Amino acid sequence: MLRPVAALCLFGILAGLPANAQNVAAAVLRVDYPSLLPISRLDLPTEDLGFAGAVLATEDNQTTGQFLGQEYETRTVSATPEEARSTFDQLIADGYRIIIVMARHDDLLGFADAAPGGTLILNARATDESLRSEDCRANVLHVAPSEQMLTDALAQFLVWKRWDRWLVIHGSHPEDLSLAAAYEASAAKFGARIVETREFTDTGGARATDSGHVLVQRQIPVFTQGASRHSVVVAADANDIFAPYLPFQTWDAAPVTGSAGLRPVTWHPAHEAWGATQMQNRFEELAGRPMREEDYQAWLALRVVGEAVTRTQSADPDALRDYMLGPDFEVAAFKGQPLTFRDWNGELRQPILLTDGRITVSVSPQEGFLHQVSPLDTLGLDRPESKCTAFGEESG
Amino acid sequence: MMRQALAALLLSGVALPAQAYKVFVSNERGNTVTVLDGETWEVLAEFPAGNRPRGITVSPDGKELYVCASDDDTVRVFDTETYEELHQLPSGPDPELFVLHPSGNPLYIANEDDNLVTVTDVKTRQILAEIPVGVEPEGMGISPDGTRVVNTSETTNMAHFIDTTTFEIVQNTLVDQRPRFAQFTADGSLLYVSAEIGGTVSVVDPASGEVLHKITFEVTGILPELLQPVGVRVTQDGSRVFVALGPSNRVAVVDGKTWEVLDYLLVGQRVWQLAFTPDEKFLITTNGNSNDVSIIDVAAGEVVQSVPVGQQPWGVVVTPQ
Repeated sequence: MLRPVAALCLFGILAGLPANAQNVAAAVLRVDYPSLLPISRLDLPTEDLGFAGAVLATEDNQTTGQFLGQEYETRTVSATPEEARSTFDQLIADGYRIIIVMARHDDLLGFADAAPGGTLILNARATDESLRSEDCRANVLHVAPSEQMLTDALAQFLVWKRWDRWLVIHGSHPEDLSLAAAYEASAAKFGARIVETREFTDTGGARATDSGHVLVQRQIPVFTQGASRHSVVVAADANDIFAPYLPFQTWDAAPVTGSAGLRPVTWHPAHEAWGATQMQNRFEELAGRPMREEDYQAWLALRVVGEAVTRTQSADPDALRDYMLGPDFEVAAFKGQPLTFRDWNGELRQPILLTDGRITVSVSPQEGFLHQVSPLDTLGLDRPESKCTAFGEESG
Repeated sequence: MMRQALAALLLSGVALPAQAYKVFVSNERGNTVTVLDGETWEVLAEFPAGNRPRGITVSPDGKELYVCASDDDTVRVFDTETYEELHQLPSGPDPELFVLHPSGNPLYIANEDDNLVTVTDVKTRQILAEIPVGVEPEGMGISPDGTRVVNTSETTNMAHFIDTTTFEIVQNTLVDQRPRFAQFTADGSLLYVSAEIGGTVSVVDPASGEVLHKITFEVTGILPELLQPVGVRVTQDGSRVFVALGPSNRVAVVDGKTWEVLDYLLVGQRVWQLAFTPDEKFLITTNGNSNDVSIIDVAAGEVVQSVPVGQQPWGVVVTPQ
């Protein structure tokens, strides 16, 4: 109780204060799955991936909270897949009821089903469509975009460009097939044609080692030779196995998109529109490195919490969840329009950036893709398509 | 008195010797300020103004031009006749927008990256105070009696009312997402706060801090997401409120009593800031994406001219009569 009072005195707020300070405690749980190093060393993982975004959001929330008598505290923990569940249980035992989860489908569902009543989980990583559909849970809201939101965002741009003959190259892992299926659905939704599909089998080689480019320069043209006439390559490579090798190496001179080339993302460190420059500056000053998607998604999840606390003057997870799903909730997140939640499956509506890794090339939804509720609902599962019933009361 | 006399002269059709005012436009990407003649709208000059010039204002005597050079972390002061840089004022980091006390001193500056409002004495060139505010401070307004300065914070979504003698926040008002600008009426009875992403302008009672009304905008055939209120200006008599609506390329004309939107005027692309000529006959808009300013005839309610300026015009100020 002493610290908030001191903060209030410091900032000289005299009028209209709530009598007692509220404590808003949240945790960020990141599960670190074993994986190969990324193809590009620009993408090397960092210890504070996601966490730095959470720290920034907590600072942002606290700056606002000082005027309203709220104290924000965020605990960040990483766990191996083996420790994931016990770490989650410990957070619950320690009293955390607002938990940002950066984990895969199965772990996320395990947490959601183990959580006691009055727990709110915000998914900041898993992109599985099923989590927003048949596997949805009432206590899970999704700040991470779904696969379909991302593939729809790219598909709209390609259709707007009239690059409507796609050569799809997918990997051999189940996640790659799922991503390829999402591109197939997007193509059907917006009227593009997949003229041919090829599978790049992960044989464990072909990493960018010393002089690896020599092999790549020989292999990729051969692999892409003789494809049906196409205007664009769409790569579905969920694990960074081959897609970065495709640009400039394909047999035909077609642009590469999807998992390399032009990629759909929630954030990239060169995004500057809509005040994003300020966000990049603040983050870089704090973390000493560029801001990545994981950081943005953790930041956004906690900003969603902060915004709901500010407007409701409550720290109760159930009250916050109801407000987030209600008609009055909106949050600004450097995307040029307010973000809101789909009340039928708990997924955040958000514009998706298309980047070549250097600049923001475009932002979807694209002009001309219309929807009766919001152009943002042209991305991802729309109400009639979602099989989610856990949000039944709200979807009325 | 002077204005009434001038008005009488104009009405009687007597030609006046040119006591022309000047329009100064800050060009965020061009790193320059463009000077326009306030009668002919001719470009008189364009001069370097430091890195990323955004907020721009002029001293009450019209002699000194103040420019926030955001990437230089300073406020540059220029002579409005010679366009020479006279000196710099300490501003704190990343100054974006500021407001001058009605007496001409001090200057209240929003430091966007550091969650501060810096108060700088323009005569002694000393910082008088640094006031912690919400996240991403931007809009700055001052009450006509000079007792309250209002800062808006874009991520905190508040208007902070600061006492200009104690430099303490005395009141916070929550508004909609991403508040960009705060403008008092000339009689100090109302405060207008625009919310760019919320798409609204809140009408605030400065005495109580209460939001009395939220002005919303709607243009047939334009996506609601594009109606993003930024700059706000109110006529001296409070009867008309002009609101720049960003990427919708429109300026809304709002009734200052009923708060109904009366008209939408089509201007250049991505309109952000506005300034009246001292006689309120014209309103000048900065159009960041078309690199020009639009001149609105206030009485006729129409755009009469557009003038190309530098790269990505941000702010605009007109010298006093």
